[in-house]
Amino acid sequence: MQASTAQASAAEHAALRALQRTMRNQRIQDFIFHKTTMLFALSVLAVLLGIIISLVVGAWPAFKEFGPGFITTVEWDPVNEKYGAAIAIVGTLATSGIALLIAFPVSFGIALFLTEICPAGLRRPLGTAVELLAGVPSIIYGMWGLFVFAPLFGDYVQPLLKNTLGHLPIIGQFFSGPTMGIGILTAALILAVMIIPFISSVMRDVFEIVPAVLKESAYGLGCTRWEVVRKIVLPYTKTGVVGGVMLGLGRALGETMAVTFVIGNANKLSWSLFAAGNSIASTLANEFAEADTPLHTSSLFALALILFIITFIVLSSAKLMLASMSRKEGVK
Amino acid sequence: MKQATTSSPVNPVYRKRLMAHRVGIALSVLAMSVGLLVLAWILVTLAVKGFGALNLHLFTQPTPSPGSEGGGVSNAILGSLMIVGLSTLVSTPIGILAGIYLAEYGEENKIASLTRFVTDIMLSAPSIVIGMFVWALYVATVNHYSGYAGSLALALIAIPVVVRTTDNMLRLVPNSLLEAAFALGAPRWKVAMLVRLRAVKAGVITGVLLAVARISGETAPLLFTALNNQFFSADMNRPIANLPVVIYGFAMSPYDNWRELAWGGALLVTFSVLALNIISRTLFSQKVPN
Repeated sequence: MQASTAQASAAEHAALRALQRTMRNQRIQDFIFHKTTMLFALSVLAVLLGIIISLVVGAWPAFKEFGPGFITTVEWDPVNEKYGAAIAIVGTLATSGIALLIAFPVSFGIALFLTEICPAGLRRPLGTAVELLAGVPSIIYGMWGLFVFAPLFGDYVQPLLKNTLGHLPIIGQFFSGPTMGIGILTAALILAVMIIPFISSVMRDVFEIVPAVLKESAYGLGCTRWEVVRKIVLPYTKTGVVGGVMLGLGRALGETMAVTFVIGNANKLSWSLFAAGNSIASTLANEFAEADTPLHTSSLFALALILFIITFIVLSSAKLMLASMSRKEGVK
Repeated sequence: MKQATTSSPVNPVYRKRLMAHRVGIALSVLAMSVGLLVLAWILVTLAVKGFGALNLHLFTQPTPSPGSEGGGVSNAILGSLMIVGLSTLVSTPIGILAGIYLAEYGEENKIASLTRFVTDIMLSAPSIVIGMFVWALYVATVNHYSGYAGSLALALIAIPVVVRTTDNMLRLVPNSLLEAAFALGAPRWKVAMLVRLRAVKAGVITGVLLAVARISGETAPLLFTALNNQFFSADMNRPIANLPVVIYGFAMSPYDNWRELAWGGALLVTFSVLALNIISRTLFSQKVPN
């Protein structure tokens, strides 16, 4: 009797120990799993850090040579080794800004159409079609812009703008000069087409989180569909809409190939939107491979650093706005 | 819109409101048509201009030298497949594991929320800057352009896409499924890899396909990394031809046959990228976990 109890307890003991061993092994495995996946997640952070460090290191000689005046200097002259970022910065901000002015209302219209007007059966195919615009590679936009869009734009639309808006007192100078088809305005238009899918898709997402009760109450009061969208949906989703716009701006700022094709690549400043110019990204694409002096390369790194900082700030604020929007969704 | 057609209202305020409504809706329809029209315009342009170059030579002959007739883009097709293939191989496991970390431990700590934030930013970061980063990191160190550098640049662009979709997909898995697995005594890594990840396999593959679509058309990061190669070469440690850079160079060239090849290449790239986009969308819509 006694012996069998002892035997049983010994067997129990062994089983317990085996269980403990398994559990310890599992804890070790889990620990390894945790740390391995963390390592990969950290690698994303490391890449960002690496980008910032390499840009700062690359840009250092240029900033040491030209000081903070680099940002405001208009001259960009590789022959005489004089570099300033003003032309590229103005070109980047002008093209992206105009692109936003055009893309915002169009994206709003598309989001409105897809969430409120479109018959349910068409919603998916039409939504996918708009999103495919985001899938078309940037270089294709560039080729289409340069060979198809720009000639038509220069022959028909630019003269029209010149003859109408060009005669107005102050904004007239924006629409003056030779109508070559390519230039700042063309680049802005192509950029607008490229960021429309991003902005409209964010708008669609945030429009859909508006509580149905809110909209139905407004309809119940006799509001038209336009009034519901304009006075209920839009105010409710304001933060998200601005976030979407910022996201589009972030995209537009860094867009390279499409802009390089149509902006004209001229290092000069002009009031005319018809004139050829340069953006930060197009300057990098054109000159980086051919930069043969250290100062030229370094100045290009300085441009890249400026671009990266601007996009980083814009995208961070977009992200924060959208995050506060999704918190709202949670509260609902 | 419906009430508008039935009777013309007499109340001037109401008439004004109705007018605003009609204008607003009309503009919205106009915006939608503009979007679709531009897409159609681009696709038709590609089809018309690229169709002439679309023959067997495009796939079998390497890029022609200046002034010579004919030629194709076979070397660029091969180069693109190799560069994109390698970066997909590299970015998929990294992206999936990082995504698992975010989904598994993301609620609990600051590192994860910071990573999520940075991933979202890297998703839209200017790709040319990533090209310059790889140039500084790799090309400037080994002192020559190479296919590996191009793959690295594209992998850096693809990783955030994979991380983001994996994270999103994993978070859709119902807790009850995980709890059932934990109740059976499975360790966390088994639950994560064999239950949670497997439940959203289709969604994760979607993410990978979207990443491939994204990097297939990228030109800017390859300009200073993979560069280009006029000849047929499969050596990833040398400059290697690839479709986007060949298209860029040929489109800007003075030769007619080069431009025609550029349109042919553009047609190839665009339709493969769009096909990938559509395939990944349908794949995901069929198997959304609920």
